[in-house]
Amino acid sequence: MTNDLDIFVGNTTLIDEEVYQLWLDGYSVSEAVSQRLRAGALEQPGAGPGAGPGAVLHSDTLDHYRTCHMLERLLHAPPKLAHQLLFQIPPERQAGLIQRYYAFDEPFVRELLGKKLSKGTKKDLDDVSAKTGITLKSCRRQFDNFKRVFKAVEELRGPLVDNIQQHFLLPDRLARDYAAIVFFANSRFETGKKKLQYLSFRDFAACAQHLIQHWTLGAVDSHVDDMDVDLDKEFLQELKELKVLVADKDLLDQHKSLVCTALRGKISVYNEMETNFKNLSRGLVNIACKLTHAKDLRDFFVDLVEKFIEPCKADRWPPSDMRLFLTQYTGSAHALDAFRHQALWDRYMNTVTACLLQMYHD
Amino acid sequence: MPGKLKVKIVAGRHLPVMDRASDLTDAFVEVKFGNTTFKTDVYPKSLNPQWNSEWFKFEVDDEELQDEPLQITVLDHDTYSANDAIGKVYIDIDPLLYSEAATVISGWFPIYDTIHGIRGEINVVVKVDLFNDLNRFRQSSCGVKFFCTTSIPKCYRAVVIHGFVEELVVNEDPEYQWIDRIRTPRASNEARQRLISLMSGELQRKIGLKVLEMRGNAVVGYLQCFDLEGESGLVVRAIGTACTLDKLSSTSAFLPACNSPSKEMKEIPFNEDPNPNTHSSGPSTPLKNQTYSFSPSKSYSRQSSSSDTDLSLTPKTGMGSGSAGKEGGPFKALLRQQTQSALEQREFPFFTLTSFPPGFLVHVGGVVSARSVKLLDRIHNPDEPETRDAWWAEIRQEIKSHAKALGCHAVVGYSESTSICEEVCILSASGTAAVLNPRFLQDGTMEGCLDQRIEETSPAGCGFCHIPYDELNMPFPAHLTYCYNCRKQKVPDVLFTTIDLPVEAMVIGKGCLIQARLCRLKKKAQAEANATVISNLLPFMEYEVHTQLMNKLKLRGMNALFGLRIQISVGENMLVGLASATGVYLTALPTPGGIQIAGKTPNDGTYEQHISHMQKKINDTIAKNKEIYEINPPEIPEEIIGSPIPEPRQRSKLLRSQSESSDEVTELDLSHGKKDAFVLEIDDTDAMEDVHSLLTDAPPPPGFYSCNTEIMPGINNWTPEIQMFTSVRVSRLSNITLTNQMLNKNFNDLCENLLKSLYFKLRSMIPCCLCHVNFTVALPEDELIQVAVTAVAITFDKNQALQTSKVPAEKSLQRASTDNEEQLQFPLELCSDPLASQPFSPAKEVLESASSHTGIPAAQRVASLDKASPLAEGHARHRSVPCSTNSTVTVVKMTPLSFIPGAKITKYLGIINMFFIRETTSLREEGGVSGFLHAFIAEVFAMVRAHVAALGGNAVVSYIMKQCVFMENPNKNQAQCLVNREGPTEEESTDTCKGRKECETGDGETEVRRD
Repeated sequence: MTNDLDIFVGNTTLIDEEVYQLWLDGYSVSEAVSQRLRAGALEQPGAGPGAGPGAVLHSDTLDHYRTCHMLERLLHAPPKLAHQLLFQIPPERQAGLIQRYYAFDEPFVRELLGKKLSKGTKKDLDDVSAKTGITLKSCRRQFDNFKRVFKAVEELRGPLVDNIQQHFLLPDRLARDYAAIVFFANSRFETGKKKLQYLSFRDFAACAQHLIQHWTLGAVDSHVDDMDVDLDKEFLQELKELKVLVADKDLLDQHKSLVCTALRGKISVYNEMETNFKNLSRGLVNIACKLTHAKDLRDFFVDLVEKFIEPCKADRWPPSDMRLFLTQYTGSAHALDAFRHQALWDRYMNTVTACLLQMYHD
Repeated sequence: MPGKLKVKIVAGRHLPVMDRASDLTDAFVEVKFGNTTFKTDVYPKSLNPQWNSEWFKFEVDDEELQDEPLQITVLDHDTYSANDAIGKVYIDIDPLLYSEAATVISGWFPIYDTIHGIRGEINVVVKVDLFNDLNRFRQSSCGVKFFCTTSIPKCYRAVVIHGFVEELVVNEDPEYQWIDRIRTPRASNEARQRLISLMSGELQRKIGLKVLEMRGNAVVGYLQCFDLEGESGLVVRAIGTACTLDKLSSTSAFLPACNSPSKEMKEIPFNEDPNPNTHSSGPSTPLKNQTYSFSPSKSYSRQSSSSDTDLSLTPKTGMGSGSAGKEGGPFKALLRQQTQSALEQREFPFFTLTSFPPGFLVHVGGVVSARSVKLLDRIHNPDEPETRDAWWAEIRQEIKSHAKALGCHAVVGYSESTSICEEVCILSASGTAAVLNPRFLQDGTMEGCLDQRIEETSPAGCGFCHIPYDELNMPFPAHLTYCYNCRKQKVPDVLFTTIDLPVEAMVIGKGCLIQARLCRLKKKAQAEANATVISNLLPFMEYEVHTQLMNKLKLRGMNALFGLRIQISVGENMLVGLASATGVYLTALPTPGGIQIAGKTPNDGTYEQHISHMQKKINDTIAKNKEIYEINPPEIPEEIIGSPIPEPRQRSKLLRSQSESSDEVTELDLSHGKKDAFVLEIDDTDAMEDVHSLLTDAPPPPGFYSCNTEIMPGINNWTPEIQMFTSVRVSRLSNITLTNQMLNKNFNDLCENLLKSLYFKLRSMIPCCLCHVNFTVALPEDELIQVAVTAVAITFDKNQALQTSKVPAEKSLQRASTDNEEQLQFPLELCSDPLASQPFSPAKEVLESASSHTGIPAAQRVASLDKASPLAEGHARHRSVPCSTNSTVTVVKMTPLSFIPGAKITKYLGIINMFFIRETTSLREEGGVSGFLHAFIAEVFAMVRAHVAALGGNAVVSYIMKQCVFMENPNKNQAQCLVNREGPTEEESTDTCKGRKECETGDGETEVRRD
């Protein structure tokens, strides 16, 4: 005897948290059933004695999967969930469902960061799936989430995080993460190089937040299209003016002596710093000058690592010393009489400092 | 022209994309009522159109208002081709026709299409201006209230219960008309939906007229059914109980006078037992151990009617109870006379109610039922549905005579049903024979709250168990004993009824759902031959169902069944019987004996061993069940048992209550141990199987209880979390060589597994109780069995429950105290409990029991409801999850019960009647048949909720799913689904209104693609 049809519909839509997670993780019904069996679902109260092993679970799992499947359409546009009449779900449960639907695996998003959210990328997801151990189904869902959010907000005015929150009803932290993902996907920063592999999604997300806050159009004018997604082109253009800091020999020497005076006896790697100062300074300023080129902009993080972090690591700078150095390095430029781009310098250096500090770890 | 209907179309949202090119829609709306149609402007290029139309006004007479639904069609404008339909909304405007119900319907309605399901929503405002019409010969019955609830609705008081009303209308089914071959499926579905909506409107109006004729103002226990007879037509029929109801506006509505001592005093002498002498024989009569076999308690009468096509079979089942007759003395005779005269004026003294005001039921005789097998023929003239009328009249006559045989003049808990397969139709009716208190039945005899007084012909709480028939002239052999409660009158050993547990009943422990399940193979046959085969099988089915029920009842150590509902469904090659009831232990009835197994060949050693092994298993099960359901009848201390009957019994009532504690125990029977054990003879393998199957019913897992009645005996501390659900399963019997045994096992497993799944699904609600568990079986095709369940899970407070059960010694004391608290919450349902605890109550409680004994008027109880409501609310708040108010969608609670725990019904908004058909051409995309039906049922729930919310309500009570058939035809690539539901609406105390709803659901066609 087989069940041709087996359904359960509650007036209040029932969704088992555990099954929802299994569904989100992309397990098939039978995989989910065996996982639940292993987790001891049948020992829970309510399973009752003699419940045919798996039969009850199978029916229950199928049913939840069906509900999830029907809900998915609404989860694609979360504000609809609150207005729809089909499923009666208490508001706090709705929020939980949305949040978990849009939650993502950090190892997965790390792989995808900076890639174009295109069909081609989607086709390659099986590699990502194999590498991360996340099911292909789940990868696709997460990818589609990124793409959906990207499409929804890329043309919108106003702050990126607010837009995401408004259109997808996500909690603050998740909305920030999505903002970072959208920002990276739009600017296509290179993150996949071997040198960058030690960096986690969290590192990049933090950097993205700094970049969005200080380097985009929205940082100067809050009424522009794409204000948070695109970098301020004018700003990038102006950055070329910083060249003088390394091109003018006097200025460079002056800058070095100012920093050295301030840091003498304060950092443990003073000698190394002194030796390397010109290289480091040249590295940072050159990065700034090249940002107008799309290719160099994409390599922003690679350059930061190559030009600054790696030399420091080689000399075993403690993070506190790096912080002191960067503060002094930024501040001392104000004392250079011949250098007139103080505001520009600060806007550049403050963000770079924040990124470097975030990225400086093993 | 006494009415003006006004409709305004405000806006739409979430519309589907109708123009692929622009991904937008140019929507407009047609509003149709009767033959008048209005249109809104086209709102171009939007999925969220804002029409903000003018008020469309329809001037119509009230007959039309009652019959016709308002039809709203949303379309996509197309300049070059025909406009595409997006979907429709049917709005029943009946709720606007009562003076005290909703004044406006306003809200978002799902736009429904029979092919695509819900497609967006539309915001509509509807108002009705009714002009007073004093025309005596009118055809409309505006203002008659309809309630699906099978009890007197919570905020009303029954002034008079007039009695049975019935009506049926027939029509041709549009699905079978010639035109169906040339029109689109959508047009066909819509024609059907509209017709059924019209027919039920007409039916309701006609019933309303009958009620007005009887001078009533409401129909309670309204039960509407559809018989889709296929080629021979479509029958919509309804039964109900006409009443005159009074609204209980507030506490002050109760006349304080009704509690006045002077009136009480007048009543008391009357209530005194008029014939004390008859009792002397009571205690001295030794109750012998008897081996009682169940078979004789039923008798089958077969009628062969003259017409050949008219094969009528009517097994009668009478489960005895009660005492009286000669013993009752003069008062009873008087009562009987009154009742008789009150009831004899009626053609059918039937009541569709299942619970009654206290005192209404005097005695309960037992279940009466009648079935008849008919051959369907085409309905030639829809205006003269005489054949169908005659069929039902015949069955009702039968029921009436069965009731008479049980010494009863009335039938309560009455219901009717059909099962149709091809051209054969089984008509069934069942109810509970009862003797009623005449005071409720006559005009003018009741004043103030006199009507609500408990008639003290016998102590409250056991009177209804006393047999109403003559002991010496019993309609069937039954085993009578003296009532274990009052010791004065005779009671049967078991009691089967179709009603809810009366509020005054005294029970021990908890109740449980008991089901008998049975399949019988049937030869495939045509027409008359088929009808004959079915008629021949029916008595055996009934007999076996009854045997199973009896065995399972004993296995649980209980002695009474309530809410019994036996459904027999007919299919191509089998018959399926499913009986559900709630078993309880009534203190008034004797303790059931165990089940004893007797082997046929006692000399075989191993066989004997086997038998004794089984016996042990059975005994263990009984012991375990007693523990689970907390059935522990009080042990009687020896010394008291020995003492003679004390005088107090013959003293006046007032004194009685004080002497209660010593009084009650004196006559308890010593022989309650092994007495009249039920003997099962195992003479062949079949019997063996039967015994095995008895033991396969798993008890619900810890923390769960289930029952099919309104409330669970023994649980009264409900918390406000509720979850109503519908679950459907279709099973395919794969074996080609089917045997009865295999079938039984499969069917049994299907039901058991379904229950197990439900328990598992709802495990987060533990401790909880599944109430009003309603199973429906259908045999949509060969080898397919479909079971649908609708029930509500309600949580309860475990701590209180535990406290109640823990210390048996102090049980009655504790119980009474918890019950008092509870009484505040649900006085009407639960006031049985203070009474229940009374017989064992120690002296402390005398005050209390005294007051209830002198006849606590129901009015007082109702008053306590009002007083208590803040408490109930507080309790509700304490437990319920805080609901955010910013959600735009009103939360609508639904329940098949007549109440919602922790909430007070403030207003009934009326019945909503809906019928949906659903069909799809993309079954695969919808997730197969399961996905299709799942979505469909969710849609139906959603539409019910939307209609309730638009009426300003926030809950649905008495929701019933009556029919749910899903058909699938892989050869034709089609599947059909049919669901039929109804239920009324209510809302919680914070808001101001409640509604009722009856909704009927649909019928869908699906294209199935199989590779």
